[in-house]
Amino acid sequence: MIEENPVSLHDAPSRSMNMIEAINDALDIMMARDPDVVIMGEDVGYFGGVFRATAGLQKKFGKNRVFDTPINECGIIGAAVGMAAYGLRPVPEIQFADYIYPGLDQLVSEAARLRYRSAGEFVAQITVRSPFGGGIFGGQTHSQSPEALFTHVAGLKTVIPATPYDAKGLLIAAIEDNDPVIFFEPKRIYNGPFDGYYDRPSRPWKGLPGSQVPEGYYKVPLGKARVVREGAALTVVTYGTMVHVAEAVLAEKGVDAEIIDLRSLVPLDIDTVEKSVEKTGKCLVIHEATRTSGFGAELVTLVQERCFYHLEAPVERVTGFDTPYPHSLEWAYFPGPVRIGEAVDRLMKD
Amino acid sequence: MAEGPVRTGKPRGNLPPLDLYVPEPRYRPGDTVDYSHLQIPEPGLLARPDEACEASETWPLTLDMVRVLGDDDRAVGPWNPHLDPETLRRMLATMALTRAFDDRMYRGQRQGKTSFYMKSTGEEAISIACAHALAADDMVFPSYRQQGILIARGYPLEEMINQIYSNRADRLKGRQLPIMYSAKDYGFFTISGNLATQFPQAVGWAMASAIKGDTRIATSFVGEGSSAEGDFHAAMTFAAVYNAPVVLNVVNNQWAISSFSGFAGAERTTFAARAAGYGIAGLRVDGNDILAVYAAMEWAANRARANKGPTLIEHFTYRAEGHSTSDDPSAYRSAREAEDWPLGDPIMRLKKHLIALGEWSEEQHEAMDRELAEQVKAATKEAEKNGILGHGLHHPFHTMFEDVFEELPWHLQEQAEQAIRERQTKWPEWKE
Repeated sequence: MIEENPVSLHDAPSRSMNMIEAINDALDIMMARDPDVVIMGEDVGYFGGVFRATAGLQKKFGKNRVFDTPINECGIIGAAVGMAAYGLRPVPEIQFADYIYPGLDQLVSEAARLRYRSAGEFVAQITVRSPFGGGIFGGQTHSQSPEALFTHVAGLKTVIPATPYDAKGLLIAAIEDNDPVIFFEPKRIYNGPFDGYYDRPSRPWKGLPGSQVPEGYYKVPLGKARVVREGAALTVVTYGTMVHVAEAVLAEKGVDAEIIDLRSLVPLDIDTVEKSVEKTGKCLVIHEATRTSGFGAELVTLVQERCFYHLEAPVERVTGFDTPYPHSLEWAYFPGPVRIGEAVDRLMKD
Repeated sequence: MAEGPVRTGKPRGNLPPLDLYVPEPRYRPGDTVDYSHLQIPEPGLLARPDEACEASETWPLTLDMVRVLGDDDRAVGPWNPHLDPETLRRMLATMALTRAFDDRMYRGQRQGKTSFYMKSTGEEAISIACAHALAADDMVFPSYRQQGILIARGYPLEEMINQIYSNRADRLKGRQLPIMYSAKDYGFFTISGNLATQFPQAVGWAMASAIKGDTRIATSFVGEGSSAEGDFHAAMTFAAVYNAPVVLNVVNNQWAISSFSGFAGAERTTFAARAAGYGIAGLRVDGNDILAVYAAMEWAANRARANKGPTLIEHFTYRAEGHSTSDDPSAYRSAREAEDWPLGDPIMRLKKHLIALGEWSEEQHEAMDRELAEQVKAATKEAEKNGILGHGLHHPFHTMFEDVFEELPWHLQEQAEQAIRERQTKWPEWKE
């Protein structure tokens, strides 16, 4: 089922892209390959999306396949489910993850359940793209990370890329997947990786790891984590923006950490996590979302259940606080270098 | 800096305190019923606009009621669909079959053969007329009371009963509450227990059909109660914005479990009148008059198929029995309501029409009823060979974990193994 990338991919022509360009490229390729792919959402048509992810696509593929929608997320997801029942492969955009809640019933009770309740007669092969996460002064309604709401739902897949290369390959895999996929795009790293030091100049993707993106079609399989960096002293399990923050903090601290970018939360690559923790004996879970009942709780439990006799220290989690994302105190909320550093120090103190 | 409005001297100091209005139905258990407030026009009076007309031409109809069959059992007026006697007899038989099926399944639930059932008694005309007015491959997004459409489209009764019993032959593998059918080959979308979700889905399906240059249209049904859901508004907005080839039906059967239609806004205006607010065509029909329902559905289907856009139809009817096997309507409404319903019973009305035409007789009707009862009984017996709920003849354990995703992920594989272990512990002798 999972199509491995051809070996020749490394030799394929490639160019530097930021994450927006990579997503746009994936959509462009899938629109051209599959006439059943349609894109819909608020401002995605003529304007090309508030983050420009769908720029140029309406002009290229026509208004029948790339179109604006009413400001009604229930209608966007509900119509997409109906289109999927017809046989299309819709890729709706929810402009901000914070706006997804009016569509929640259609996702949780409908898209996620169609295959099960109809014993496979109807499926919702839809990919819901949505920018998520903070760090752009979006305030509490443009910064949330609601991924745990979706990982809790049987029948939904939840995918979060951390690089332009992965964003393109994962999005193509998500669109081709026959299950509904929530595809959260960490908007803080659309234009460049963010290391958590908000007081330092931001960097564009160009020339950085993960920004060289092959032209043409390729897939990054769902359910396969990426080992960002190998190490022996500590396993860091994270995803999205926090991959880059973890990398920077652990480099500064000089800890020989193994950093795992999960890439998809459901399906989860538990093997890669287990192998790493068995090797390092220590585990730190990091996410930007609020703490209580966050996906970190699931990860910590899994590590505890499956790697207990390899552990040399309590599993730590670093997360956002259990508050709404405050506008002026955004960086006090964000699980940045200080919070991560503290946890690393606790884990490494022996 | 502004000083703000002057707060003194406003007359509100003399007004009584605000008072929340909570609607109350006219009649409660034990009350006599008086339907004289209902405005029921004589059949045949309303004009039938061209199917390609401006939506606004239909709006007067949304405050009125399309009726074809009169008290004299004759079909009259421009909405008369002029169906041939053979079609009328087929529709009569399908309504009667649906009622016979409902009666037997209701008894089956009372006998402990399943957990739940929902009858459509008194509302059969809506489903059966719609099924006949649509093409067989038009897509239906039903609510839970359109079993008549499945029956009219020839779906095997035995399959329906297998589903109701959640037995080992249930095509849905025992996963769904009874009556939540799914039949893709019959253009019948999987029924959801979450109300009104099917409404925007039908619009999306219709949009897809238009995107693909297809000729098929979609239709969907909600009750008047769940027309209060946001999904209704989403569907109406999308249908209007994209001129979707869809027919959206509100089955106004007056009651949503114990809440009367006033809790969905019926005291203010009709449900059909909402069409005007969205700028789409709307019709309001006597839902117990199968010829009126057929005519309205045919009108709306022709309009949709001609790319003239969506129609909202309100079917004015009465839920003659409980919401489901789980409620007792005598606890909240007057029993006289159903008996005195001024629009009669849809089966009786069509029967009398056919008799008035000289195309049917009491004897034929009685014979038909006996035959249909036997047909249902035979299907029930066949289905019972595959098991009834709770008697062990269900789908194998492992199927519980299938179809959550296309492929079984590791965590569900582990949970499936646990379920098998649990079963071995509880029933060591179990063989699948």
